[in-house]
Amino acid sequence: MNNIEQIEKEQMRTDLPEVRTGDTVRVYSKFREGAKERVQPYEGVVIRVKRGLARGTFTVRKVSYGIGVERIFPIHSPNLVKIEVLKRARVRRSRIYFLRERSGKAARLKEIREYQTKKKS
Amino acid sequence: MQVGILGKKMGMTQIFDQDGNCIPVTVIQAGPCYVTGIKTPARDHYTAIQLGFEEVPDKKLNLPRKGHLKKAEVKPLKVLREFRVPEDAITDITLGQEIDVNQFKPGDFVDVIGTSKGKGFTGVMKRHNFHGSKSTHGVHEYFRHGGSIGGCTPQHTIKGKKMPGRSGAARVTLQNVEVVQVRGQDHLLMVKGGLPGARNSLVMLRKAVKK
Repeated sequence: MNNIEQIEKEQMRTDLPEVRTGDTVRVYSKFREGAKERVQPYEGVVIRVKRGLARGTFTVRKVSYGIGVERIFPIHSPNLVKIEVLKRARVRRSRIYFLRERSGKAARLKEIREYQTKKKS
Repeated sequence: MQVGILGKKMGMTQIFDQDGNCIPVTVIQAGPCYVTGIKTPARDHYTAIQLGFEEVPDKKLNLPRKGHLKKAEVKPLKVLREFRVPEDAITDITLGQEIDVNQFKPGDFVDVIGTSKGKGFTGVMKRHNFHGSKSTHGVHEYFRHGGSIGGCTPQHTIKGKKMPGRSGAARVTLQNVEVVQVRGQDHLLMVKGGLPGARNSLVMLRKAVKK
């Protein structure tokens, strides 16, 4: 197993901020549109972080035009250009799936203030 | 010249390619192998190369095996397997020669031969992908059975009829498996997708026959 661990460790990225459940993040990811490469921001609440060396993923949920959208990003994907942690909230469980059943005021999370990786601009 | 190689399945992981796509790979600890025998048309009426793999302590081998390996002047090896090669290929191969993963490169296609995991005695649904019966509409205690095993005309059950029995632990060949990465120094090979067998089980790799 050591070989596999090593292969995965080689691929891990250290340049991105740590993402936790309950964070409100803006993820800038690269994608290919025909021959062109574009960067697209995606903003929402992290409802799950799956660990596992280079195989980890996190799920970002947002409500877009009244429809809930969840996107799963590999934590160590080279397609991630930048992650901004906008807000960090106090959550009592690691997977906050209960947000799916809530909307509006009920879907708020208790924010931890003074936390921002985003540069003040 | 791609002869083939023997290896051990290490396990699975994933890697990202240049485009950022996530590719599932199986890591194989492949080689180094040594040529322990060469079959020639003059003597054996066919051509093949016998490779040895996995060094073991000297005492693990019996005398006939030791005597055979002595001819090739290689270390004590646990596994010997033959690879068929074209007739003109054996001319530049010598006894005792080391064969490693560098014969393959990313993008090559290989056939992987392994032994699947043993499943024990299984029913027809698991073993032969039968559909079973309905779970409703009056079916009584007959959900996972194979149905009739023959009519009255032949008066016996046809040979080879698919029935329950021992399943798995058989030789399985996966064709056209893509090589994703080769690490010559660590003798590691990564191929796309899963492979038959458990971790640490032996796999044979050869150049894809149908590519």
